[in-house]
Amino acid sequence: MTVTLFVPCFMDAVYPAAAMGMVTVLERLGHRIDFPEELACCGQPPFNAGHWAEAREMARPVLKRLAGAEVVVIGSGSCGAMLKVFYRELFAGEPEEAMAAEVAGKVWEFSSFLVDRLGVTDVGARFARRVTFHDGCHGLRELKIKSAPRVLLGNVRDLELVEMTEAVETCCGFGGTFATKHAAVSTAMGEVKCAAAVASGAEVVVSNDASCLMHLRGLLVRQGVPLQTLHLAEVLVQS
Amino acid sequence: MSATPAGTFREESGRVAGDLQHRRRIAAAMGKYETARGPRQGAFLSWELGRQALADTKWEAVNRLDEHLERFEKEATARGTQVHWCRDAAEARDAIVGIIQRVGARRIVKSKVMTSEEIHLNSLLESLGFSVVESDLGEYIQQLKDEPPYHFVFPCMHLSREEISGLFHDKLGTAEEHDPEALTMIARRVLREKYVEADIGITGANFVVAETGMISITENEGNARLTAALPRVMISLVGIEKVVPRLGDLALFLPMLATAGTGQPLTCYNTFYGGPRQPGEADGPEEWHVILLDNHRTELLADPEQRDALHCIRCGACLNVCPVFRAIGGLSYGTTYQGPVGSVITPHLRGLQDWKHLSGASSLCGACTDTCPVKIDLHHHLLHNRRNAARERGGVERWVWKAFSFVMRRPFLYRMGMRVARWGRPLHAALLEGGVLDPVRAWTMSRELPELAEETFRERWKRRGGG
Ligand code: SF4
Repeated sequence: MTVTLFVPCFMDAVYPAAAMGMVTVLERLGHRIDFPEELACCGQPPFNAGHWAEAREMARPVLKRLAGAEVVVIGSGSCGAMLKVFYRELFAGEPEEAMAAEVAGKVWEFSSFLVDRLGVTDVGARFARRVTFHDGCHGLRELKIKSAPRVLLGNVRDLELVEMTEAVETCCGFGGTFATKHAAVSTAMGEVKCAAAVASGAEVVVSNDASCLMHLRGLLVRQGVPLQTLHLAEVLVQS
Repeated sequence: MSATPAGTFREESGRVAGDLQHRRRIAAAMGKYETARGPRQGAFLSWELGRQALADTKWEAVNRLDEHLERFEKEATARGTQVHWCRDAAEARDAIVGIIQRVGARRIVKSKVMTSEEIHLNSLLESLGFSVVESDLGEYIQQLKDEPPYHFVFPCMHLSREEISGLFHDKLGTAEEHDPEALTMIARRVLREKYVEADIGITGANFVVAETGMISITENEGNARLTAALPRVMISLVGIEKVVPRLGDLALFLPMLATAGTGQPLTCYNTFYGGPRQPGEADGPEEWHVILLDNHRTELLADPEQRDALHCIRCGACLNVCPVFRAIGGLSYGTTYQGPVGSVITPHLRGLQDWKHLSGASSLCGACTDTCPVKIDLHHHLLHNRRNAARERGGVERWVWKAFSFVMRRPFLYRMGMRVARWGRPLHAALLEGGVLDPVRAWTMSRELPELAEETFRERWKRRGGG
């Protein structure tokens, strides 16, 4: 099938390897990639800040372009939740209401697309590291994704998956503009999460949400902790 | 100290967030809570179905609030209870002071009345020369400390045994004592005297039962029972949202409240109060007054989007699981109700513009919504408050978002922005990073900036020749 890839700005600039990893995995599975270059943001930042008119203005072209897609795949649970859950609320009572509902049905977070839509649980990757997985909150709670990434990681050869035992489903503290508006609070939350990741004994923290990785990496590097951060798609192309 | 609630919040939350001792202490306490709660939740046939049942019952109660409250009044009055309807804090204060003065009372004992914090009852009564004692151990400790409750279920959970011992030593003159049992005995000794002396007992209520005209109080120490039983006059101050239609509803509410709140199967004491002492009864107050307090709750009722916030049974679970609460503690909020639920309802109770910052101080992780036993859509309501606040007063921020939207919708400007960022990055690193002039200091103070890739995904895609 033709998979339309939505690549938000921070994945574009900071995690191009993750986006490329998604392309590779999907192409290997025989799918064609459609990449709408002009869509750089789903409008979540102004939406979360409460500026819904501006968010709608940003979301409208995204909606129009994605309405024609077969399926839409996203490498961040956060943007995924925006498109799948929050667009419907954002456009309630607007002319695009029906379109938002239609697009919501086509949007998939990357790991869930592989496992729940395609039924693919093993992509043939090999990665000889001890890995822990961080659930991005939007993926976990808005999209209810918990097992898909673990199933995929579980089938990566030589990979040892260790779960965190503290702060298990706890937020990494990013939260978009929250991270700078309430920097001290966000940092405290992130430190708790980093400590849990370190305590797990893992060498790599993997997530299906690039925005969480950005925050965790920022903290870990500053703390001088040699714990690597990788996007799930980057792991799934290792061999 | 900043004068505005937002300024105070910023200072306090920032200070506490960096306090590692506080962080450790709260994490340990909440860890115990989680360990206790997990298996208890599992003991329900289906915790999820239970949540739905509670939410449905509360929905029924709140959407016909007027009928249920009138039914309560009718049933309660029939047994001699006096019901007072109070629109706001001032009316409630007047009603309470009126009762106290009429019966010529001097000494007042209270037990866990969060609603009284809402109407600032203690300071009023003290200023009128009455003696007021909190009988709940945690609240008593906070009262001695001259500090509001830290958490509406665990009022002094932020204090160590040593701190409590020191406080008792200073205020009560007792010997330093670090054993929790012994500390409780000290408080009990002091408090028992107060019960005997008190001529008025003030309680709150966990539930108001419309069908039977009763209130239900849930507690672990038994202090509310003494507060209700010993003094001559009992006053119960309750928010109007506490109503449930039927006594039978409590068969599920009581165990779920206990499990969600403290991880107990049931709270130790669950008491129903059905009126003042009836002819032929051996104990109970001569007079019982129930103050039904609105205090802006009907405004929340008028908002169909956030009406479910009135379902709250004040179990405290959303505070316990909230990573923001754990980081900043309960006192930083400056509100009667802390944590996620406080951040949702305080803007309705005390003014949106003054309290909108609480809705902003969240990563919207949704742990609260997942845990809430009555299924309040807490973290989405934080979004709703943000939207309502921005719609009312967009400020300069609106223009920032307009500009952001303008750039992000134009591929040319977006690409240019990316290039500027890439060029600017080394300059920023060399000249500004971490310094006072750093425009992204809020990030770089504690975190490295994300590393920009040599080539963006869009550039790679183009180089590859597309799909
Ligand atoms: S909002 Fe829900 S979780 Fe929070 S205190 Fe109220 S009932 Fe409990």
